[in-house]
Amino acid sequence: MSAQWKLEAKREALETRACVLHATRAFFLSRDYLEVETPNRIPAPLPESHIDALAAGPWWLHPSPELCMKRMLAAGYGRIFQIAKCYRGHERGALHLPEFTLLEWYRAGCDYRQLMEECEDLFLYLSGAMGISNRLTYRDREIDLSKPWERLSVKEAFDRHGSIALGKALEQDRFEEVLALEIEPRLGNLKPTLLYDYPLAFASLARVSKDNPAFAERFEIYVGGLELANGFSELTDAKEQRRRFEKENALRSKRGRPPWPMPEEFLEAISRLPESAGIALGVDRMVMLFADAASIDDVVSFTPEEL
Amino acid sequence: MYSASDLRKNLRLMLDDDPYIVVDFQFVKPGKGQSLYRCKLRNMLTGSQIDRTFREVDTFKPADTEEKNMQFLYKEGDSFHFMDNENYEQIALTQEQVGDAKNFLIENMECKVLMFRDRPIDITLPNFVDVLVTDAPPWIKGDTVSGNYKPVIVETGYKVSVPPFVEQGEKIRIDTRTGEYLTRVKG
Repeated sequence: MSAQWKLEAKREALETRACVLHATRAFFLSRDYLEVETPNRIPAPLPESHIDALAAGPWWLHPSPELCMKRMLAAGYGRIFQIAKCYRGHERGALHLPEFTLLEWYRAGCDYRQLMEECEDLFLYLSGAMGISNRLTYRDREIDLSKPWERLSVKEAFDRHGSIALGKALEQDRFEEVLALEIEPRLGNLKPTLLYDYPLAFASLARVSKDNPAFAERFEIYVGGLELANGFSELTDAKEQRRRFEKENALRSKRGRPPWPMPEEFLEAISRLPESAGIALGVDRMVMLFADAASIDDVVSFTPEEL
Repeated sequence: MYSASDLRKNLRLMLDDDPYIVVDFQFVKPGKGQSLYRCKLRNMLTGSQIDRTFREVDTFKPADTEEKNMQFLYKEGDSFHFMDNENYEQIALTQEQVGDAKNFLIENMECKVLMFRDRPIDITLPNFVDVLVTDAPPWIKGDTVSGNYKPVIVETGYKVSVPPFVEQGEKIRIDTRTGEYLTRVKG
């Protein structure tokens, strides 16, 4: 049964999408970033417990371009970005598609705090290109994109918005539940929120905080309650990285999922990584914001169900 | 057995020994964390709704129910009368038991009535139903801008969004699973 009119009705959102993509490229090119493309089909993804890769023959569709891009970073490509289609199984909802678009960028010689500032700049650049100065209207809320954004540590967020403190939540294995159901909807409603310093157990590839070793230098961006991006100072300690992958694989086994092979070339590259930071940003959700769309379905030409 | 990733709208499952149907479903996944499945479920016996959040590791039994082919006869007040196609026995369901199906029930329509230990508790309609538009705002000619929908009311009293060219007295096809307009039906 054709629903041609639904596709026709998406025109405005798809035009916004094209504008976001063009302006994103212009932003990074103006900052001397190299646009790169890496294979979407890889022998095995990085071992992460809660991401399910989709098979493509004997290989796998990448859940993110992280693996290949960090090998490039280790080889001296100090400023790279990529807009890539990525694939994750068992993820479908108002904010999730099994095939989605990620923007990832990596920068040598910086840490997560400098990367946060670059995120602020990117959004201001995009809103300028969109002709809305720094006022974004999303779901009847006006969000002020001007710098500086709100910076809130995970611990503070639990104290301010959660029903229990961070320590209790970790103890009772309720970290994700409290974060997703209680805290997230309250983030980024007046200004975007940079939620930072995650407990070590929730940052498989991020560097340990110099100030507080129980936390990792990882942050997420929230705008209008939407989780948009995950960035961090890169871990450059291959031994520590191997330990974390082994832990992730153990968690996978516990969930009845097969463990992934150790990514030896990647681990070898890690030891040669410069001090750097990188981030993955959901392009579809960013388009949702600028198109004022309630569902990710509204900003892609076709959902899997519509094919 | 169902696992949490099978959860979707209209899935019927057993919970605390009662049959439940998922009426609303939200997939939530905090960055790189484990998936959460936030559900609104309706107890198919009492009609009461509960909110539950499930995790990937949760599993469920399918609801212990049986489907019977019936014909919808007529509506009287708040009761909806059906006839069992096998033994011609008639049964009545309350508006609550009928649920959203009341929006699409047309006399003589064939449907499936769900029984839980000999109690009628739910209805499954044909996927597509053709209904008469009984009330529609007029089409302003020349307004062909895509994305411009308008609300109309159909013969069952149901309100639905349609493209601007649909007019009163026409028949339209609705997908009963989503409640959405699909196409105009000629003749």
